[in-house]
Amino acid sequence: MATRPMRIRAKETDGVVNVKVLMAHVMETGQRKDQEGKIVPAWHITNVTAKCNDKDVFSAQWGPAISRDPYLAFSFKGAKKGDKIEITWIDTKKETRTDTAEIK
Amino acid sequence: MLRQLKKKLPGAIAFLLIASATGSGSASAQSIDSTQEGIDDYRQMLSDGGNPGDLLVDTGKELWLEKKGPKNVSLQACDLGLGPGVVKGAYARMPRFFKDADKVMDAETRIMYCMQTLQGINPKDITPTVFSKSGDISTDWEAIVAYVANESAGIAMAAPQSHAAEKAAYERGQKIFFHRSGPYDFSCATCHGAVDKRIRLQNLPDLLNAKDAQQAYTTWPGYRVSQGVVRTMQWRLQDCFRQQRLPKLKFASQASIDLLTFLAVRAKEGKMAAPGIKR
Repeated sequence: MATRPMRIRAKETDGVVNVKVLMAHVMETGQRKDQEGKIVPAWHITNVTAKCNDKDVFSAQWGPAISRDPYLAFSFKGAKKGDKIEITWIDTKKETRTDTAEIK
Repeated sequence: MLRQLKKKLPGAIAFLLIASATGSGSASAQSIDSTQEGIDDYRQMLSDGGNPGDLLVDTGKELWLEKKGPKNVSLQACDLGLGPGVVKGAYARMPRFFKDADKVMDAETRIMYCMQTLQGINPKDITPTVFSKSGDISTDWEAIVAYVANESAGIAMAAPQSHAAEKAAYERGQKIFFHRSGPYDFSCATCHGAVDKRIRLQNLPDLLNAKDAQQAYTTWPGYRVSQGVVRTMQWRLQDCFRQQRLPKLKFASQASIDLLTFLAVRAKEGKMAAPGIKR
Protein backbone atom coordinates (compact mmCIF):
# COMPACT_ATOMS: atom_id res chain seq x y z
CA MET A 1 0.00 0.00 0.00
CA ALA A 2 1.38 3.39 -0.97
CA THR A 3 2.25 5.74 1.87
CA ARG A 4 -0.25 8.52 2.32
CA PRO A 5 0.92 12.14 2.23
CA MET A 6 1.41 14.32 5.29
CA ARG A 7 0.31 17.90 5.62
CA ILE A 8 2.89 20.35 6.90
CA ARG A 9 2.28 23.92 8.00
CA ALA A 10 5.27 26.01 9.06
CA LYS A 11 5.04 29.59 10.17
CA GLU A 12 7.82 31.89 11.26
CA THR A 13 7.11 34.53 13.91
CA ASP A 14 9.81 36.64 15.60
CA GLY A 15 12.58 34.27 14.61
CA VAL A 16 10.76 31.16 15.85
CA VAL A 17 9.34 28.69 13.35
CA ASN A 18 6.22 26.82 14.49
CA VAL A 19 5.70 23.59 12.60
CA LYS A 20 2.50 21.55 12.57
CA VAL A 21 2.44 18.19 10.86
CA LEU A 22 -0.46 15.83 10.31
CA MET A 23 0.61 12.33 9.22
CA ALA A 24 -1.61 9.62 7.80
CA HIS A 25 -0.63 6.30 9.36
CA VAL A 26 -2.59 3.39 10.76
CA MET A 27 -0.32 3.23 13.86
CA GLU A 28 -1.20 -0.33 14.80
CA THR A 29 0.02 -0.95 18.35
CA GLY A 30 0.54 -4.68 18.08
CA GLN A 31 -1.72 -5.27 21.06
CA ARG A 32 -5.06 -5.35 19.29
CA LYS A 33 -6.82 -8.59 18.37
CA ASP A 34 -8.80 -9.07 15.19
CA GLN A 35 -12.19 -10.78 14.73
CA GLU A 36 -10.62 -14.25 14.91
CA GLY A 37 -8.69 -13.45 18.08
CA LYS A 38 -5.30 -13.17 16.42
CA ILE A 39 -3.01 -10.30 17.34
CA VAL A 40 -2.89 -7.61 14.68
CA PRO A 41 0.83 -7.09 14.14
CA ALA A 42 2.44 -3.80 15.14
CA TRP A 43 2.79 -1.29 12.34
CA HIS A 44 3.61 2.18 13.51
CA ILE A 45 6.01 5.03 12.97
CA THR A 46 9.27 4.53 14.89
CA ASN A 47 11.23 7.66 13.99
CA VAL A 48 10.38 11.17 12.89
CA THR A 49 13.03 13.65 11.81
CA ALA A 50 12.84 17.19 10.53
CA LYS A 51 15.51 18.93 8.49
CA CYS A 52 15.82 22.56 7.59
CA ASN A 53 18.66 24.00 5.51
CA ASP A 54 20.49 20.64 5.79
CA LYS A 55 20.41 20.76 9.59
CA ASP A 56 18.47 18.34 11.80
CA VAL A 57 16.05 20.47 13.79
CA PHE A 58 13.87 17.79 15.33
CA SER A 59 13.91 14.08 15.95
CA ALA A 60 11.59 11.73 17.78
CA GLN A 61 11.33 8.04 18.60
CA TRP A 62 7.77 6.87 18.62
CA GLY A 63 6.20 3.75 20.06
CA PRO A 64 2.74 2.19 20.26
CA ALA A 65 1.42 4.98 22.48
CA ILE A 66 1.13 7.39 19.55
CA SER A 67 -2.38 7.31 18.11
CA ARG A 68 -3.58 6.97 14.55
CA ASP A 69 -3.02 9.76 12.06
CA PRO A 70 -0.62 11.50 14.43
CA TYR A 71 -0.48 15.23 14.83
CA LEU A 72 2.90 16.72 15.72
CA ALA A 73 3.73 20.30 16.59
CA PHE A 74 7.16 21.67 17.42
CA SER A 75 9.15 24.88 17.08
CA PHE A 76 12.73 25.80 16.40
CA LYS A 77 14.92 28.84 15.77
CA GLY A 78 17.34 29.72 13.03
CA ALA A 79 15.28 29.66 9.86
CA LYS A 80 13.47 32.34 7.92
CA LYS A 81 10.45 32.65 5.65
CA GLY A 82 10.97 30.89 2.36
CA ASP A 83 13.25 28.19 3.78
CA LYS A 84 12.18 24.60 3.24
CA ILE A 85 11.37 22.22 6.07
CA GLU A 86 11.56 18.52 5.32
CA ILE A 87 9.85 15.94 7.54
CA THR A 88 10.60 12.22 7.33
CA TRP A 89 9.04 9.30 9.09
CA ILE A 90 10.05 5.65 9.08
CA ASP A 91 7.91 2.83 10.43
CA THR A 92 8.21 -0.72 11.78
CA LYS A 93 7.96 -2.14 8.27
CA LYS A 94 10.82 0.16 7.26
CA GLU A 95 8.46 2.09 4.98
CA THR A 96 9.33 5.73 4.84
CA ARG A 97 7.78 8.98 3.70
CA THR A 98 9.26 12.43 3.26
CA ASP A 99 7.36 15.61 2.57
CA THR A 100 8.55 19.18 2.28
CA ALA A 101 6.94 22.51 2.91
CA GLU A 102 7.90 26.14 2.71
CA ILE A 103 8.10 28.23 5.86
CA LYS A 104 5.55 31.01 5.56
CA MET B 1 -27.40 27.30 41.50
CA LEU B 2 -25.85 30.19 39.64
CA ARG B 3 -29.04 32.21 39.95
CA GLN B 4 -29.02 31.73 43.74
CA LEU B 5 -25.38 32.81 43.91
CA LYS B 6 -26.20 35.97 42.03
CA LYS B 7 -28.97 36.86 44.47
CA LYS B 8 -26.91 36.30 47.59
CA LEU B 9 -23.66 38.03 46.67
CA PRO B 10 -23.15 41.69 45.79
CA GLY B 11 -22.93 42.52 42.10
CA ALA B 12 -19.24 42.59 41.15
CA ILE B 13 -18.21 39.51 43.12
CA ALA B 14 -21.16 37.56 41.77
CA PHE B 15 -20.19 38.52 38.22
CA LEU B 16 -16.59 37.35 38.73
CA LEU B 17 -17.63 34.08 40.32
CA ILE B 18 -20.15 33.33 37.63
CA ALA B 19 -17.69 34.21 34.87
CA SER B 20 -15.09 31.85 36.31
CA ALA B 21 -17.67 29.13 36.90
CA THR B 22 -18.77 29.06 33.28
CA GLY B 23 -15.16 29.35 32.23
CA SER B 24 -16.05 31.43 29.23
CA GLY B 25 -15.66 34.87 30.76
CA SER B 26 -18.90 35.98 29.12
CA ALA B 27 -21.30 38.35 30.76
CA SER B 28 -24.23 35.91 30.74
CA ALA B 29 -25.22 34.79 34.18
CA GLN B 30 -26.74 31.48 33.17
CA SER B 31 -24.94 28.64 31.37
CA ILE B 32 -27.91 26.82 29.82
CA ASP B 33 -25.73 25.86 26.90
CA SER B 34 -22.72 24.69 28.96
CA THR B 35 -23.09 21.16 27.62
CA GLN B 36 -23.26 22.44 24.07
CA GLU B 37 -20.31 24.74 24.78
CA GLY B 38 -18.39 21.79 26.12
CA ILE B 39 -19.17 19.79 23.02
CA ASP B 40 -18.16 22.73 20.83
CA ASP B 41 -14.89 23.13 22.77
CA TYR B 42 -14.14 19.44 22.27
CA ARG B 43 -14.82 19.77 18.55
CA GLN B 44 -12.56 22.80 18.38
CA MET B 45 -9.77 20.85 20.08
CA LEU B 46 -10.19 18.01 17.61
CA SER B 47 -9.94 20.26 14.59
CA ASP B 48 -7.01 22.28 16.04
CA GLY B 49 -4.68 19.44 15.19
CA GLY B 50 -5.86 19.34 11.64
CA ASN B 51 -8.38 16.97 10.11
CA PRO B 52 -6.90 13.63 9.02
CA GLY B 53 -9.86 13.43 6.66
CA ASP B 54 -8.19 16.13 4.58
CA LEU B 55 -5.30 13.77 3.93
CA LEU B 56 -7.72 11.14 2.71
CA VAL B 57 -9.07 13.54 0.07
CA ASP B 58 -5.69 13.40 -1.70
CA THR B 59 -5.84 9.60 -1.75
CA GLY B 60 -9.43 9.78 -3.01
CA LYS B 61 -8.40 11.96 -5.93
CA GLU B 62 -5.65 9.48 -6.87
CA LEU B 63 -8.18 6.64 -6.80
CA TRP B 64 -10.66 8.65 -8.89
CA LEU B 65 -8.01 8.99 -11.60
CA GLU B 66 -6.82 5.38 -11.38
CA LYS B 67 -7.74 2.88 -14.09
CA LYS B 68 -9.72 0.03 -12.56
CA GLY B 69 -12.11 -2.80 -13.22
CA PRO B 70 -12.60 -5.14 -16.20
CA LYS B 71 -12.78 -2.18 -18.57
CA ASN B 72 -9.56 -0.71 -17.11
CA VAL B 73 -10.90 2.84 -17.12
CA SER B 74 -10.75 5.63 -14.55
CA LEU B 75 -13.77 7.46 -13.11
CA GLN B 76 -12.77 10.68 -14.82
CA ALA B 77 -15.67 10.55 -17.30
CA CYS B 78 -18.24 10.00 -14.56
CA ASP B 79 -21.25 12.30 -14.83
CA LEU B 80 -22.21 13.34 -11.31
CA GLY B 81 -24.99 15.58 -12.60
CA LEU B 82 -23.00 18.52 -13.91
CA GLY B 83 -21.67 16.77 -16.98
CA PRO B 84 -19.07 14.07 -17.56
CA GLY B 85 -15.82 14.82 -15.79
CA VAL B 86 -17.20 17.61 -13.59
CA VAL B 87 -16.67 16.81 -9.92
CA LYS B 88 -16.56 20.33 -8.51
CA GLY B 89 -19.92 21.32 -7.04
CA ALA B 90 -21.60 18.02 -7.91
CA TYR B 91 -22.03 16.72 -4.35
CA ALA B 92 -23.93 19.88 -3.38
CA ARG B 93 -26.49 19.11 -6.09
CA MET B 94 -27.31 15.60 -5.03
CA PRO B 95 -29.45 13.58 -4.57
CA ARG B 96 -30.92 14.29 -8.00
CA PHE B 97 -32.71 12.52 -10.84
CA PHE B 98 -30.43 10.97 -13.44
CA LYS B 99 -31.94 10.40 -16.87
CA ASP B 100 -29.56 7.61 -17.88
CA ALA B 101 -30.38 5.57 -14.78
CA ASP B 102 -33.99 6.76 -14.71
CA LYS B 103 -33.91 7.23 -10.96
CA VAL B 104 -32.99 9.63 -8.20
CA MET B 105 -29.51 8.90 -6.89
CA ASP B 106 -27.41 10.21 -4.04
CA ALA B 107 -23.67 10.75 -4.47
CA GLU B 108 -22.66 7.25 -3.38
CA THR B 109 -25.29 5.50 -5.48
CA ARG B 110 -24.12 7.55 -8.46
CA ILE B 111 -20.43 6.79 -7.88
CA MET B 112 -21.32 3.08 -7.68
CA TYR B 113 -23.28 3.48 -10.94
CA CYS B 114 -20.24 5.04 -12.62
CA MET B 115 -18.04 2.20 -11.36
CA GLN B 116 -20.52 -0.22 -12.86
CA THR B 117 -21.08 1.43 -16.24
CA LEU B 118 -17.65 2.96 -16.87
CA GLN B 119 -15.35 0.45 -15.20
CA GLY B 120 -17.45 -2.69 -15.51
CA ILE B 121 -17.31 -3.39 -11.77
CA ASN B 122 -20.17 -5.44 -10.35
CA PRO B 123 -21.61 -3.57 -7.32
CA LYS B 124 -22.22 -6.91 -5.58
CA ASP B 125 -18.46 -7.46 -5.52
CA ILE B 126 -17.60 -4.23 -3.75
CA THR B 127 -20.69 -3.33 -1.70
CA PRO B 128 -19.72 -5.64 1.21
CA THR B 129 -16.39 -3.83 1.64
CA VAL B 130 -17.27 -0.18 1.04
CA PHE B 131 -17.09 0.69 4.72
CA SER B 132 -14.03 0.01 6.88
CA LYS B 133 -14.31 -2.49 9.71
CA SER B 134 -13.30 -1.85 13.30
CA GLY B 135 -9.61 -0.94 13.52
CA ASP B 136 -9.08 -0.66 9.76
CA ILE B 137 -7.93 2.49 8.04
CA SER B 138 -10.35 4.22 5.65
CA THR B 139 -11.31 2.16 2.63
CA ASP B 140 -10.80 3.25 -0.95
CA TRP B 141 -14.54 3.92 -1.13
CA GLU B 142 -14.40 6.27 1.86
CA ALA B 143 -11.46 8.06 0.26
CA ILE B 144 -13.29 8.52 -3.05
CA VAL B 145 -16.45 9.84 -1.39
CA ALA B 146 -14.34 12.19 0.76
CA TYR B 147 -12.71 13.53 -2.40
CA VAL B 148 -16.01 14.03 -4.27
CA ALA B 149 -17.63 15.76 -1.28
CA ASN B 150 -14.58 17.94 -0.69
CA GLU B 151 -14.87 19.19 -4.29
CA SER B 152 -18.10 20.87 -3.15
CA ALA B 153 -16.56 22.51 -0.07
CA GLY B 154 -17.79 26.07 0.33
CA ILE B 155 -20.64 25.52 -2.13
CA ALA B 156 -24.23 25.89 -0.94
CA MET B 157 -26.37 22.76 -0.82
CA ALA B 158 -28.91 22.81 -3.65
CA ALA B 159 -30.39 19.35 -4.07
CA PRO B 160 -32.97 19.86 -6.84
CA GLN B 161 -36.72 19.35 -6.39
CA SER B 162 -37.81 20.08 -9.94
CA HIS B 163 -38.32 16.58 -11.33
CA ALA B 164 -41.37 14.57 -10.24
CA ALA B 165 -39.13 11.71 -9.09
CA GLU B 166 -37.13 14.09 -6.89
CA LYS B 167 -40.31 15.38 -5.26
CA ALA B 168 -41.57 11.83 -4.73
CA ALA B 169 -38.25 10.83 -3.14
CA TYR B 170 -38.53 13.76 -0.72
CA GLU B 171 -42.08 12.74 0.23
CA ARG B 172 -41.06 9.14 0.83
CA GLY B 173 -37.99 10.26 2.76
CA GLN B 174 -40.18 12.42 4.98
CA LYS B 175 -42.49 9.48 5.65
CA ILE B 176 -39.53 7.31 6.60
CA PHE B 177 -38.18 10.05 8.87
CA PHE B 178 -41.36 10.02 10.93
CA HIS B 179 -42.13 6.30 10.72
CA ARG B 180 -41.85 4.56 14.10
CA SER B 181 -40.84 0.92 14.17
CA GLY B 182 -38.47 -1.60 15.65
CA PRO B 183 -38.14 -2.88 19.21
CA TYR B 184 -37.95 0.65 20.65
CA ASP B 185 -40.62 2.13 18.40
CA PHE B 186 -38.06 4.71 17.26
CA SER B 187 -38.23 6.94 14.24
CA CYS B 188 -35.54 9.35 13.08
CA ALA B 189 -37.72 12.08 14.59
CA THR B 190 -37.51 10.44 18.02
CA CYS B 191 -33.93 11.69 18.37
CA HIS B 192 -33.73 14.28 15.62
CA GLY B 193 -37.10 15.96 15.83
CA ALA B 194 -36.66 18.35 18.75
CA VAL B 195 -34.25 21.09 19.85
CA ASP B 196 -31.47 20.85 22.44
CA LYS B 197 -31.36 17.10 22.70
CA ARG B 198 -28.28 15.03 23.32
CA ILE B 199 -27.22 11.46 23.98
CA ARG B 200 -24.53 11.60 26.62
CA LEU B 201 -22.02 14.04 25.15
CA GLN B 202 -23.17 13.83 21.57
CA ASN B 203 -25.63 16.56 20.66
CA LEU B 204 -28.56 15.54 18.48
CA PRO B 205 -29.21 18.00 15.68
CA ASP B 206 -32.87 18.82 15.17
CA LEU B 207 -33.05 17.86 11.51
CA LEU B 208 -36.39 19.62 11.12
CA ASN B 209 -34.66 22.89 11.96
CA ALA B 210 -32.89 24.44 8.97
CA LYS B 211 -29.75 25.57 10.80
CA ASP B 212 -29.20 22.23 12.55
CA ALA B 213 -29.94 20.32 9.36
CA GLN B 214 -27.39 22.40 7.44
CA GLN B 215 -24.73 21.96 10.12
CA ALA B 216 -25.32 18.21 10.27
CA TYR B 217 -25.57 17.43 6.55
CA THR B 218 -22.70 19.61 5.35
CA THR B 219 -20.14 18.01 7.67
CA TRP B 220 -20.58 14.49 6.31
CA PRO B 221 -18.54 12.66 5.09
CA GLY B 222 -16.50 13.21 8.23
CA TYR B 223 -13.46 11.83 10.01
CA ARG B 224 -14.55 9.91 13.08
CA VAL B 225 -11.74 10.39 15.58
CA SER B 226 -12.92 7.46 17.73
CA GLN B 227 -12.76 5.17 14.69
CA GLY B 228 -9.81 6.71 12.89
CA VAL B 229 -11.61 6.62 9.55
CA VAL B 230 -13.75 8.82 7.31
CA ARG B 231 -17.42 7.87 7.38
CA THR B 232 -19.91 8.68 4.65
CA MET B 233 -23.62 9.61 4.70
CA GLN B 234 -24.69 6.13 3.59
CA TRP B 235 -22.70 4.78 6.55
CA ARG B 236 -24.23 7.37 8.87
CA LEU B 237 -27.75 6.28 7.92
CA GLN B 238 -26.83 2.61 8.28
CA ASP B 239 -25.46 3.33 11.73
CA CYS B 240 -28.59 5.29 12.70
CA PHE B 241 -30.66 2.23 11.78
CA ARG B 242 -28.32 0.06 13.84
CA GLN B 243 -28.60 2.40 16.81
CA GLN B 244 -32.39 2.26 16.59
CA ARG B 245 -32.10 -1.55 16.46
CA LEU B 246 -33.86 -1.58 13.10
CA PRO B 247 -33.07 -4.12 10.35
CA LYS B 248 -29.96 -3.25 8.36
CA LEU B 249 -30.41 -0.40 5.89
CA LYS B 250 -29.11 -1.65 2.55
CA PHE B 251 -26.38 0.32 0.85
CA ALA B 252 -27.75 2.50 -1.98
CA SER B 253 -31.28 1.22 -1.32
CA GLN B 254 -34.33 3.23 -2.36
CA ALA B 255 -35.01 3.98 1.32
CA SER B 256 -31.51 5.37 1.82
CA ILE B 257 -31.79 7.55 -1.28
CA ASP B 258 -35.22 8.84 -0.19
CA LEU B 259 -33.98 9.67 3.31
CA LEU B 260 -30.91 11.40 1.90
CA THR B 261 -33.11 13.43 -0.45
CA PHE B 262 -35.24 14.54 2.48
CA LEU B 263 -32.18 15.48 4.55
CA ALA B 264 -30.34 17.18 1.70
CA VAL B 265 -33.32 19.33 0.79
CA ARG B 266 -33.77 20.33 4.43
CA ALA B 267 -30.09 21.33 4.50
CA LYS B 268 -30.40 23.57 1.46
CA GLU B 269 -28.22 26.69 1.34
CA GLY B 270 -25.88 25.23 3.93
CA LYS B 271 -22.29 25.51 2.73
CA MET B 272 -20.64 22.13 2.31
CA ALA B 273 -17.73 21.59 4.69
CA ALA B 274 -16.73 17.99 4.09
CA PRO B 275 -14.80 16.15 5.28
CA GLY B 276 -15.82 17.29 8.73
CA ILE B 277 -14.32 16.00 11.96
CA LYS B 278 -16.42 14.03 14.40
CA ARG B 279 -16.13 12.47 17.85
